[in-house]
Amino acid sequence: MKIKAIGAIAILLIIIGASCQSDDQIEFKRYYSGGSLVYQQHCQNCHGDKGQGLSSLIPPLTDSTYLKQNKAVLACFIKNGLKRKITVAGRTFDDDMQADDIAPLEIAKVLTYVSNSFGNKMGTVTLQQVQDDLRNCK
Amino acid sequence: MRKLWIGIVILMLFNACKSNTKTALPILGYKTPVTKTVNGKTVTDTEYATIPPFKFVNQYADTITQKNLDGKIYVADFFFTTCPSICPVMHRNMLNVYKEFKDDDNFRIISHTIDPKYDTVPVLKRYADKLGIAGNTWWLLHGEKGDTYKIAKSYLQSVSEKNPKGEYIHDGFFILIDKQKRIRGTYEGTDPAEVTKLIADIKTLKADPDQITAK
Ligand code: HEC
Repeated sequence: MKIKAIGAIAILLIIIGASCQSDDQIEFKRYYSGGSLVYQQHCQNCHGDKGQGLSSLIPPLTDSTYLKQNKAVLACFIKNGLKRKITVAGRTFDDDMQADDIAPLEIAKVLTYVSNSFGNKMGTVTLQQVQDDLRNCK
Repeated sequence: MRKLWIGIVILMLFNACKSNTKTALPILGYKTPVTKTVNGKTVTDTEYATIPPFKFVNQYADTITQKNLDGKIYVADFFFTTCPSICPVMHRNMLNVYKEFKDDDNFRIISHTIDPKYDTVPVLKRYADKLGIAGNTWWLLHGEKGDTYKIAKSYLQSVSEKNPKGEYIHDGFFILIDKQKRIRGTYEGTDPAEVTKLIADIKTLKADPDQITAK
């Protein structure tokens, strides 16, 4: 009897554990696929369908090191634009990216898409993270 | 019955031959019938629209007129360097055309800026350098706004002044012009598949006897 109860609890814990994990995965998938649409509408013209950029005019989104180092300010780049000299993939860029006033949730989705496509693998960028990052924009 | 079979075979052979010859590109634009007198006889001919004479300045500050394109097949488009929407896509695709034909001195690409106030010659030069184009295959042309808008019409393109949101509305087409300055094709410059077709059509046009002999 006791063993049965322990067994049932164990199974329950496993189910909860598994469903928690798949919740994360579901969230990732939802962000990622939503982000792919935002990317097509707001970013792809400039950065390209493969994140390849355009010569020395528009930087590629394939430099994982750059993206990781700037993880906390990427949301600010989108919200406020970017107008300074940067080095991406070993090349310098200094053209302007205009500010794009999209909702924080859209930013979270598109950043999840970008940072997990084109050879990048950085996991989900959550709405909470984006809201925190936006508060610290310079 | 036998005769019918022979007839069918001949027909099939005839059709096979026909499909082997590459179809020539059509000639686009307005056509006007002109009546001429040849050897005392009146004949009606079709005259195709051609690109009229022009004068612009390229990224090297050289003056470029229709004479600089004599004997050349070329592709034209309209853009501006600060265009956030379709221009980066167009020029990402145009780079493929450039790479394919950059060693051919009888081929050119001309991109007219529709924002001459901002896109001065030094701005165009800087854009060309950053785009990674060199030499004389691809010219970025600066000119009076009125001249550019007028020439756009002869390429069947519509461009206009900034709308209230401060955006320029313009077509994203690449237009293929032959050595007689006639329009031979228009291609959606934002669509990689259409640009691949443009590259194939340029090859077809270059091989056209009509173009090989043209000066
Ligand atoms: C009008 C063209 C344009 C659009 C549209 C655009 N960008 Fe950019 N982006 C740029 C340019 C140019 C830079 C470099 C800015 C600089 O040097 O200051 C840049 C820089 C970046 C960077 C940092 C450098 C890098 O390559 O990692 C990121 C990240 C980025 N953009 C993401 C996005 C995202 C996401 C979107 C869509 C929400 C977007 N961009 C839309 C042109 C654009």
